Amino acid sequence: MKSLEELMAIKAKAEKAMLAREEGDGKRIVVGMATCGIAAGARPVLNRFVEEVAKRNLKDVTVTQTGCIGMCQYEPIVEVFEEGKEKVTYIKMTPDKVARVVADHIVNGNPVVEYTVASLDK
Amino acid sequence: MRELSLNVLDIAQNSISAGASEVEITVEEISSASKMTIIIKDNGCGMDEETVRNVMDPFYTTRTTRKVGMGVPLFKMAAEMTGGSLNIESAVGKGTQLTAVFFTDHVDFTPLGDIDSTVVTLITMNTNINFIYALKVDEKEFRLSTNQLKEILGDVPLDMPEIVMWLKDYLKEQTEIIRGGVIE
Repeated sequence: MKSLEELMAIKAKAEKAMLAREEGDGKRIVVGMATCGIAAGARPVLNRFVEEVAKRNLKDVTVTQTGCIGMCQYEPIVEVFEEGKEKVTYIKMTPDKVARVVADHIVNGNPVVEYTVASLDK
Repeated sequence: MRELSLNVLDIAQNSISAGASEVEITVEEISSASKMTIIIKDNGCGMDEETVRNVMDPFYTTRTTRKVGMGVPLFKMAAEMTGGSLNIESAVGKGTQLTAVFFTDHVDFTPLGDIDSTVVTLITMNTNINFIYALKVDEKEFRLSTNQLKEILGDVPLDMPEIVMWLKDYLKEQTEIIRGGVIE
């Protein structure tokens, strides 16, 4: 059973993790969560990113949401921002694609080009 | 939208855009009447009468990036398809309350779906807003608010992965209790 008391224990753990999070280069994963994104399935994609980041214990990665990115037909859209690098835009994301994006791109620094908006031209 | 909880997530984004500091989401089910009421209430900037009328129109939006706004019309359609209704009360400077009524025994009723996921997303992605979530099923009630969590957590941000995962499990268990699921 989860209880609010249990949250106290997690708090202590999280405080330690917080100190670690302040360091690092800081990647930002942004999921489009307007009507178009939500209807296309952005919520499970966002949740899977949060789960993956938690599972891998990635301290310097934040997952946030934004409104309509402006290409509704390609939703769910996920953007990855990294200091000093060009933004990478993933389109038509699914929860199944998330693990690979996290492993290849977020952890190892190699964007999964076939999932990105750049793959459209080919 | 495949589930009403997605509409709730979408509508709540309007409250966030309206600059609300408090958003209350209530899901109330009365099984004897096969009735479900979803209320989303905020203390945001509110709307005047004309704007309230306009938001029901899919070809109206306050956004400047495009000419359609589907959020409210989609939710309204989902409610009316079941013989229910959608009503908006709003006052400029005070806030907005949206009430949607559904009849759950209607063949066109869209299931509520993963409302926990919606609540977790809202709380952890908008940590500066106090979300109040209430689930009422017949006589039973469960309530949770951002402020309640913040009281315990202090400076620890709500979007820490550990907290997000805990919140997800906590909501799941509490929902099971309310809905009469098996618990240890």
